[in-house]
Amino acid sequence: MTPKRRQKLLVILGCLVLAGLAVGLTLYALRANINLFFSPVQIAQGDAPVERTIRAGGMVKEGSVIRDPQSLDVEFQITDYVDELAVAYSGILPDLFREGQGVVVIGKLLANGQFMADKVLARHDENYMPPEVAQALEEAGYSAADYQAKAAEVGQRLEL
Amino acid sequence: MLIKMIPELGHFALIIALLMAVVQTIMPLAGATTRRPLWMAYGHPMAVGQFLFIALAYLCLTTSYAVDDFSVANVANNSNSLLPWYYKLSAVWGNHEGSVLLWSLMLAGWGYAASRFSAGLPRDMIARVQGIMGFISVGFLLFILLTSNPFARLLPNVPHDGADLNPLLQDVGLIVHPPMLYMGYVGFSVVFAFAIAALLGGRLDAAWTRWARPWTNIAWAFLTVGIALGSWWAYYELGWGGWWFWDPVENASLLPWLTGTALIHSLAVTEKRGSFKSWTVLLAIFTFSLSLMGTFLVRSGVLTSVHAFANDPSRGLFILVLLAITVTLSLGIFALRAPRVSHHVSFSWLSRDALLLVNNILLVIMTVTILLGTLYPLILDSLGLGKISVGPPYFNALFVPLTVIMCIFMGLGPVARWKRMAPREVIGKLWLAGGAALTLGVVLPLIYRGEWNLWASLGIVAALWIVLPMMRDLVDKTRHGTTRLAGLRKLSLAYWGMVLGHLGIAVTIVGVAVVSNYASERTVRMAPGTTVEIAGYRFTMNELVSRRGANFIADTAVLDVHNIDSGRHFQMRPEKRFYLATGMPMTQVALRPGLLRDLYVAMGEDLKDGSWAMRIQYKPFVRWLWLGGLLMALGGVLAIIDKRYRRTQAAGHAQPASRQHIEAQEVTP
Repeated sequence: MTPKRRQKLLVILGCLVLAGLAVGLTLYALRANINLFFSPVQIAQGDAPVERTIRAGGMVKEGSVIRDPQSLDVEFQITDYVDELAVAYSGILPDLFREGQGVVVIGKLLANGQFMADKVLARHDENYMPPEVAQALEEAGYSAADYQAKAAEVGQRLEL
Repeated sequence: MLIKMIPELGHFALIIALLMAVVQTIMPLAGATTRRPLWMAYGHPMAVGQFLFIALAYLCLTTSYAVDDFSVANVANNSNSLLPWYYKLSAVWGNHEGSVLLWSLMLAGWGYAASRFSAGLPRDMIARVQGIMGFISVGFLLFILLTSNPFARLLPNVPHDGADLNPLLQDVGLIVHPPMLYMGYVGFSVVFAFAIAALLGGRLDAAWTRWARPWTNIAWAFLTVGIALGSWWAYYELGWGGWWFWDPVENASLLPWLTGTALIHSLAVTEKRGSFKSWTVLLAIFTFSLSLMGTFLVRSGVLTSVHAFANDPSRGLFILVLLAITVTLSLGIFALRAPRVSHHVSFSWLSRDALLLVNNILLVIMTVTILLGTLYPLILDSLGLGKISVGPPYFNALFVPLTVIMCIFMGLGPVARWKRMAPREVIGKLWLAGGAALTLGVVLPLIYRGEWNLWASLGIVAALWIVLPMMRDLVDKTRHGTTRLAGLRKLSLAYWGMVLGHLGIAVTIVGVAVVSNYASERTVRMAPGTTVEIAGYRFTMNELVSRRGANFIADTAVLDVHNIDSGRHFQMRPEKRFYLATGMPMTQVALRPGLLRDLYVAMGEDLKDGSWAMRIQYKPFVRWLWLGGLLMALGGVLAIIDKRYRRTQAAGHAQPASRQHIEAQEVTP
């Protein structure tokens, strides 16, 4: 092999090794870090895995927010106006968190059906339902008409 | 009367600019192909005219904002009579339509500059560059006029007052971050135009890299500052104290930065050694395409974020088509015109050429992994395969190790020679720096905190490994002058630019390593009289007061802070603001910045019993993150001032003998 060829071979081999390493790491990291989204309906049906980081979303149910008087623990329910999901969180809720408003929570579902949230994101939407939830409802066979009137009514009542 | 017609004036100016851009696309390109000087001569006046008319349109929109003309829908939706004047002026780009107009203005500005400062270039090269800049401009002006007209009126029902600017945007960050970022994004269009022009004209020689380098550097410097400002803004504005969220929009700006960085380095190899030519052109194409993709992601409404103003699908489709046309056309031209007889310049495994090759490979791998993590959820979603999100752990798991590998090579690069170098010489130059970096990296965290942390040490070792060999190299380089100072003066500005750029990376790495591992945060319930201690500071809430600002009312917490070691006292006043026009609440963070640490207090929510949820953070070395960014950008600017480039521009393509030697070897079809 001429030195030039050997150099070329080394370049190609080096690239292959690096690319292989990158692909391996990428796939591993992707698989471990994808957060799937579930709506309360899907969770009630038992579609969501337990003890894995997932995202869930819906509207904060009217009158469901309970603050612990001593600590920053808070419990609330999110609803898609079909099913409900109890969420526990400790810390500061976002500025736009309000009853009757859309939220997305990131955390783990416990075996007892409660959702331990690490993060709560307010998701304001003029259609009164986060788009992810609307889509999940549609897939579960509920049309927009089933919940939208109710959601709009609650939303408007609470905004006044 | 005239003042009432200002928006229409702006609209007409945009249409005239579009027509000029069309002429600027067709005439110079056709002239360059058919070798007609008169046709080519259309380019410059059209570039000037286009810039002037877009500037006029921009001025018209700004005037509408300044005089509160709420009959203009854009003003009515994004401004308010109570808004302070400086936010009125920057609210122009705080929305979809205005920001695209700013994009076009900058594009025309870059086009004008490229045309104005290229006097020394061959005429057909200038003409082609002007034509390609015109082509991009046509795309964006059509986009504005067809889908995003900023001058649309709300007639006859003119609102009494505007809906106000999003409170999150009412900040000095809005004034500085978007213009800087756009200057970077759009600036890469010039390098792109140079690359395509070189391909079209078959002039892919060492000379074009000399023309392209200053433009790449300046665009890259702007983008660096833009990203750093964005990170700094998110840090204090969002109230979480995070400085990088791996949000798709942030990734969109990081992607062209990574390929832009690779481009800067591969241009260096192409200029000095004549190799990597096709690769350099490809990088120029990718960098601008990624800038366009960033614009698409942010402007199309496929993402929900503070940055995504638009959710009109036709807009997203338009940019997607524009992106597809640009990528297909430029890759097509590349496939047809890239040098077929590639020019072999051999180099050994231990040489600057090889190290820069590794740099490019690593940067491209980083780009691909981030691109994958950013687009994967969007692709799955558009295929109807479910809504997923890819979280920060994915990006950290890949980006951190890749950066560490990159740092290893960054220590070697600046001291290595072109072509080849004896291993013994490398070891001789580096053993001291390597030993010192390792020792200091282990010891410094111990001195700083008294407890050892692997990641903090790794970061400091990496940073020192970048800096110390460069210092050693500086000492070697100045050894032979009459005095050290004379030796330092002899070094070129381009060299200093490289030193500053690498120093900037090291500073940023120290910042990331320390703040990620030694920051402390407490989320607590506080009422007047409550005391909280964190990282040697005692925070006592003194009182809660209310105040009224220009367009908001605020609850302010007054905290007395006591530094337990030094005994110093000061006050911090975080606020929870309520903006009257939009009815939106906003957290105004109280910051006590410092070179070695930031104190950060944010008000959470009113717990209704007289107490508030508060987030108190101690952020060591967080300023180093952005300081490093500024150093990098400064390095980029220094490298442009280097007289080498000015001489090239003045003397045209007259090259020193050694360059001609390389050029003579190029065979371009």
